[in-house]
Amino acid sequence: MANRTIRVDYIARVEGESSLELHVRNGAVDAVRLSIFEPPRFFEALLRGRGYEEVLDIVARICGICPIAYQMSGVHAVENALGIKVDPPIRALRRLFYCGEWIQSHALHIVMLHAPDFLGYPDAIAMAREHGDAVERALALKKRGNELIRLLGGREIHPINVRIGGFYRVPSRAELAPVAEALKHARDQAIDTLRWAAGFPFPECVRDYEFVALRHPDEYPMNEGRIVSSAGLDIAAADYETEFIERQVPHSTALHSVMKQRGTYLVGPMARYALNRDRLPAEIRALADEVGLEPVCRNPFRSILVRALEVVYACDEALRLIAAYEPLPRPLIPPEPCAAVGYACTEAPRGILYHRYNLDRGGTILEARLVPPTAQNQSVIEEDVRDLANAALDLEDEALQAHCEQSIRNHDPCISCAAHFLKLQVRRE
Amino acid sequence: MARRARPRLAVWKFASCDGCQLTLLDCEDELLSLARQLDIAYFAEASRRMLRGPYDLSLVEGSITTPADAERVQRVRHLSRHLVTIGACATAGGIQALRNFADVREFAAAVYPNPEYVKTLATSTPISAHVPVDFELRGCPIDKGQLLEVIKAFLIGRKPAIPGHSVCHECKLRSTVCVMVARGTPCLGPVTQTGCGAICPAYGRGCYGCFGPAETPNTAAIAREFFSLGMTERDIGRVFRTFNSAAEAFRKESEAHGE
Repeated sequence: MANRTIRVDYIARVEGESSLELHVRNGAVDAVRLSIFEPPRFFEALLRGRGYEEVLDIVARICGICPIAYQMSGVHAVENALGIKVDPPIRALRRLFYCGEWIQSHALHIVMLHAPDFLGYPDAIAMAREHGDAVERALALKKRGNELIRLLGGREIHPINVRIGGFYRVPSRAELAPVAEALKHARDQAIDTLRWAAGFPFPECVRDYEFVALRHPDEYPMNEGRIVSSAGLDIAAADYETEFIERQVPHSTALHSVMKQRGTYLVGPMARYALNRDRLPAEIRALADEVGLEPVCRNPFRSILVRALEVVYACDEALRLIAAYEPLPRPLIPPEPCAAVGYACTEAPRGILYHRYNLDRGGTILEARLVPPTAQNQSVIEEDVRDLANAALDLEDEALQAHCEQSIRNHDPCISCAAHFLKLQVRRE
Repeated sequence: MARRARPRLAVWKFASCDGCQLTLLDCEDELLSLARQLDIAYFAEASRRMLRGPYDLSLVEGSITTPADAERVQRVRHLSRHLVTIGACATAGGIQALRNFADVREFAAAVYPNPEYVKTLATSTPISAHVPVDFELRGCPIDKGQLLEVIKAFLIGRKPAIPGHSVCHECKLRSTVCVMVARGTPCLGPVTQTGCGAICPAYGRGCYGCFGPAETPNTAAIAREFFSLGMTERDIGRVFRTFNSAAEAFRKESEAHGE
């Protein structure tokens, strides 16, 4: 067992195509290779020459799981370029829209992708035979997130309703009422899901991450805030590219986004929660305490609890926003194209998503720059696999492979998102 | 009672956003009962269990953009009794087919510091350009109801009932006031296949063609209408060049307009 190779040709239950290779030499992990073979689609290139008003339809297509995140970073970056500041009700409606995506994306990951690892099933369908209630509950929860998205966006995947300057159409209070009723049930289902997940067997593990997330003066962050870190970073979105760069790592086929000062960092639910727990309402914090979720969680296996907690929060926040909603007299601030550069960073379910657009005076895109969460987490994912595998080398190959896969899924990587800028090489021997 | 083996389903991914296969997981009410009626033998996004072929029905998402995928799709076809493409990438090249009108090496250089490492084809092509396809389900993304209809139809061996008419019919059924006639908003509805439910006009915007060309689309007439509504030639070229730009009717019309 001193020298062995663990190879996973196709990592299941993540979005997109990747493989993992782990070399063990003389009883220690010698090399970890997370290879991305998702074909690149060249979004930054094909956006050039398109109109600013086309951005939201195009960037949604980067990811079928989190199209709203792309639309939110896109809309705010273009509005930043054009000097548009939307009215508070529009801002609130966009936050409500994002709540829908957090609910559906997190519910998908919790039950369909992540939970089967803890309970020893190949997938949620097999898991449903013995945990039918939990799976049906989480599917119902996901459905309610999707219903909110459908009302505000027209459809769940690649919604059509957000536009530069506002929305095409805003809902009436009567249309939102049944959604609110459903969300009240969703909130209960989310709490049950959190309690269910809290009973999973969690491997002992403490990782020393630098957390990076948005921070807003009063809110748990979604569409707005400064980019901060647990090591003291505190910058505006417009300064992202002065603090973060993409680095080519010799052993890897991928570009990794790293911080110029300190290298590897983590984005996503664990980072958001660690840096913004004080922005959560008292009931949500009490719920975290009840299930034993520590104020700063450094065990990536327990990220499932943070996601579940964020789902409860998203249900609550959606209910609050709906209760305060008044239909808008003016759902649109008409954009006036001009030559400018715009930046935005928002909190996708998987972590911060940075967009920059350079526009000419007619509003045509000259240059686009998009940095998805998975690109930023890729270094952390490889380090996690290396360290967790080192600590688990007494496992048989099959169990070790499952453990490595689980440590990847802890971070809910979205390879489809990342691949438009990741290096491509198939490494199969 | 002896039980007949359940039909085996496989779900494959090529260049895509994962949204069309996610549509299957978005069937929250139907998923568990569907999984009882058929054996989900290969669906990497959802399961670690990856059974070898052959498969009774393969759903294929994504377009062909790399030499390795051009080979892989041959193996998928070989293993599949029926092969159905799902979504605009698999049926019409997807948004990534915009490279077909450009120089892919220049595209790669715009995105990657070392473009020479990127193994990619000059074009993004639909699955049907590589292997015979039994049915093409349109949409960017596909519609959940249409997906369930296609799966059901193949399970019992009949033709899927998927209409080929335009989005206009759907607007009439929904009693949506025509955005082009009433407000002068350019709309691709008259030349785009129905299936989405005519969402965009219902939300007060023009259709942008994500289900691709309808049966016998008169794209030249709609282009003339757009011109009279004040669109530039360049903008007209671009509206046909989005998610279905490799579909013949849209490609041709886009090439008739330009800078």
